[in-house]
Amino acid sequence: MSETVKRRQNTKMVPAPSHGIIPERDLYDSPVLEARHLGIEFGGLKAVDDFNLVIGKTEIAGLIGPNGAGKTTVFNLLTKVYQPTMGSIMLNGRDMHGMNTVQANKLGIARTFQNIRLFDNMTVEDNVRIGLHNQISYGMFSGIFRLPAYWQGEKRQHEKAMELLSIFDMQDMAKAQAGSLPYGAQRRLEIVRALATKPSLLLLDEPAAGMNPHETEELMNNIARIRDQFHIAIMLIEHDMNLVMGVCEGICVLNYGRIIAKGTPDEIQSNPTVIEAYLGKKKEG
Amino acid sequence: MVSFLRFLINGISLGSVYAIIALGYTMVYGIAKMLNFAHGDVIMVGAYIAFCAMQYLNLPPLLSVLCAMLVCTCLGVIIEGLAYRPLRQAPKLAVLITAIGVSYFLQNTALLIWSSNPKVFPSVFSVGQIKLFDGNLVISSETILTIAANIVIMVALTLFTGRTKMGKAMRAVSEDKGAAELMGINVNRTISLTFAIGSALAAVAGVLLCSAYPTLQPTTGSMPGIKAFTAAVFGGIGSIPGAMIGGLLLGIIEILGKAYISTELGDALVFAVLIIVLLFKPAGLLGKPVNEKV
Amino acid sequence: MKLKKSTVNNLISFGIVIIAFIVCQSMISTGMMKRSLRGQMIPICVYIVMAVSLNLVVGISGELSLGHAGFMSIGAFSGIIASAWLRAAFGLENELVRLILSMIAAGVMAGVFGALIGIPVLRLRGDYLAIVTLAFGEIIRNVLNCLYFSLDGKRLHVAFNNPNVPGTILLNGPNGAKDVAKIATFPAGFVLILFTLFVVMNLINSRSGRAIMAARDNRIAAEAMGINVTKYKMMAFVTAAVLAGMAGALYGLSMATVTASKFKFDTSILVLVFVVLGGIGNIWGSIIAAALLTVLPELLRAFADYRMLIYAIVLILVMLVTNNPTMRALLGKLVPRRNGRQKGGAAA
Repeated sequence: MSETVKRRQNTKMVPAPSHGIIPERDLYDSPVLEARHLGIEFGGLKAVDDFNLVIGKTEIAGLIGPNGAGKTTVFNLLTKVYQPTMGSIMLNGRDMHGMNTVQANKLGIARTFQNIRLFDNMTVEDNVRIGLHNQISYGMFSGIFRLPAYWQGEKRQHEKAMELLSIFDMQDMAKAQAGSLPYGAQRRLEIVRALATKPSLLLLDEPAAGMNPHETEELMNNIARIRDQFHIAIMLIEHDMNLVMGVCEGICVLNYGRIIAKGTPDEIQSNPTVIEAYLGKKKEG
Repeated sequence: MVSFLRFLINGISLGSVYAIIALGYTMVYGIAKMLNFAHGDVIMVGAYIAFCAMQYLNLPPLLSVLCAMLVCTCLGVIIEGLAYRPLRQAPKLAVLITAIGVSYFLQNTALLIWSSNPKVFPSVFSVGQIKLFDGNLVISSETILTIAANIVIMVALTLFTGRTKMGKAMRAVSEDKGAAELMGINVNRTISLTFAIGSALAAVAGVLLCSAYPTLQPTTGSMPGIKAFTAAVFGGIGSIPGAMIGGLLLGIIEILGKAYISTELGDALVFAVLIIVLLFKPAGLLGKPVNEKV
Repeated sequence: MKLKKSTVNNLISFGIVIIAFIVCQSMISTGMMKRSLRGQMIPICVYIVMAVSLNLVVGISGELSLGHAGFMSIGAFSGIIASAWLRAAFGLENELVRLILSMIAAGVMAGVFGALIGIPVLRLRGDYLAIVTLAFGEIIRNVLNCLYFSLDGKRLHVAFNNPNVPGTILLNGPNGAKDVAKIATFPAGFVLILFTLFVVMNLINSRSGRAIMAARDNRIAAEAMGINVTKYKMMAFVTAAVLAGMAGALYGLSMATVTASKFKFDTSILVLVFVVLGGIGNIWGSIIAAALLTVLPELLRAFADYRMLIYAIVLILVMLVTNNPTMRALLGKLVPRRNGRQKGGAAA
């Protein structure tokens, strides 16, 4: 018997895993992100395991779960801060295998950080200009010898930065030092900076942390507005359930590194497994 | 073959000195997370003290060494208290520059006291020699003593950090200063103790170094200091067995390199090996890699 | 608006340097400057360029380099060899043209080595990076000690670890270069300072400069914004190496004899001290510190023995005072106490 036939006979056919859910309007566009069996081990401990997720082209997705469930680790895997030990990530139909953080960003994934990571000593405008680094570029020599490309590039960067800052009405703060901004403004600036890299998927890590209810409400509206204006997908990690249930279309619940539920906000709210994960198991008589 | 053995033994002997110096670097780095650049100059001070004790006070060698150890211990504690302790929260670069300042200070003070004329270090110990292969291979008493001292120190330190209360406190502080403090460990005293031990070892290393290479100058300590520091990084800075292995390997590489490749390039070879090791094992041979939390 | 501001700042900086040059030059021509000080003018230029370029690595790019003198030595010997070779092979007698070409050659050589060394070095971080730059500095010095260059008619000969090279010897291993044609001048040094300032300041105020600073301030965030951190660290490192190489050429061509031991670890540290005392990341601080501390030893001739000791104490004190808040408060208390106790409370 030939080797080929033997191999064919040994192949076992199984049903392919479901692709998850995406908004109906995105059905005819290819999904922006597909993670399959994604996982990472830290010295034998599976921090994230068998993570499957599809995000539609203009979906606002939520990633929730109790503390230590591995939510930020998922973000770190998607942005390639950590290299996954299992599974694959497809962004805009391209396999991200072997890419680093920089390449992931260039491919269209941008993020904010749970503990704000702004360039504190730079001005607000310069922070946004860092985001524009790959969008509006000119070479080192043009910069040193002030060639026309420099003047043109600087002008375009300035205009674009102001335009982006105007999303959150922050043009007036352009000259202020980023580290001196109030907390809420720093979180907003991080979003602007991420948007400047022209992503197709924006990851927000606890964008409402430390904000008051009024600011959270405003943020919720802004997230929806950014999606509409830029036609991008947004995925957010958040503990504020009002925000999550208010703005997210698809929600994914993580516990002990595994997905325990996926669905719409209504489905998630009534899911007994989710309630158990958050509140603990009800004691039986 | 005999000449190779001779070079190898010389290498182990020099490597033992490096290992003892590297211990000081590695312990201080492990606990205070700083490069104590002045460590090499503490060696030089130790050697000068021992020299003076023997030459001018006519003390017996062993007592001179003890005297040097005592002075260096005090010196180490004073340096830590005056120059490094106020900078515990300061940026790393500031601490490093201060350490460089201390190094210059010690060198130039030595220059003023003892002048730049090299002193000939007397032979400290004469236990006798071992002759092998019909006298073709002579192992001097200094070599034997250096290797013996290295082994004794290594065993003593391993027992100290593993078994005693102070040793455990030291390991706790090097893991997590804040947590150690909350557990009731006096962090400042523990760091002082580390400097004291490191400096006492430096005095021993100074005497051993000058017994093998008997010219003593204010700059005597700087090159062995840099090389021992390289050894500590080579073995994985913060690791006591790493310092031992790094020191020995470096000493052997240096002597064999000088013997078989080029006298001029011996030092370059040492540094080239360091670079290659760091490229493949960025935390050194026995070091633990540190990942930044995102 | 911002562009204009940085441009204005640059113009002011150039203005101050030009005025300083005119003052020095007129003092030299009118004979007001002491002879010993006049001999210090080129070294001052050299060390200013060294300090500013090192500040690009330490202050702007945030990586501690302990081997900057290595690039200076590469530049010095490349410059000396290039100058002699240009004269012999092309009959180039014009000293100014020869100086400029030699400096460019030296800059290119140092830049090439900067890139070669930068590839492994910039993969490492923090203290490890510092120790490896130190190691490379020492390796460069050791290798230069084994290099022999000679000029046989128009042909350049190189030998490694072998002093038997034909023709007139240019570089004689550990004995270094002798009878160098001293073609470096103070105005050339001044132009080099202007060039360095122009390059460094324009680089900082450009897209690349912002990327360099972003990589320094928060590596992870910079990478997440699509900035290739290693590339920009490399850019700063190589630019600094080129400038140090040019400074080295100026230095080498101003001395009659140059040996590799002149560019020891101590020289790297000395330049680092200029950078730190002038304020890390502060270009003007580097210039002033380099100029003052190069002149100071001349002025302190009488205290020659204590010079380095004073250096060391000042260095430690500056670090303690600038980095420890309680120390600052303590100094504030001590000063009025000496004048009388009545003011003690106010200062504290």
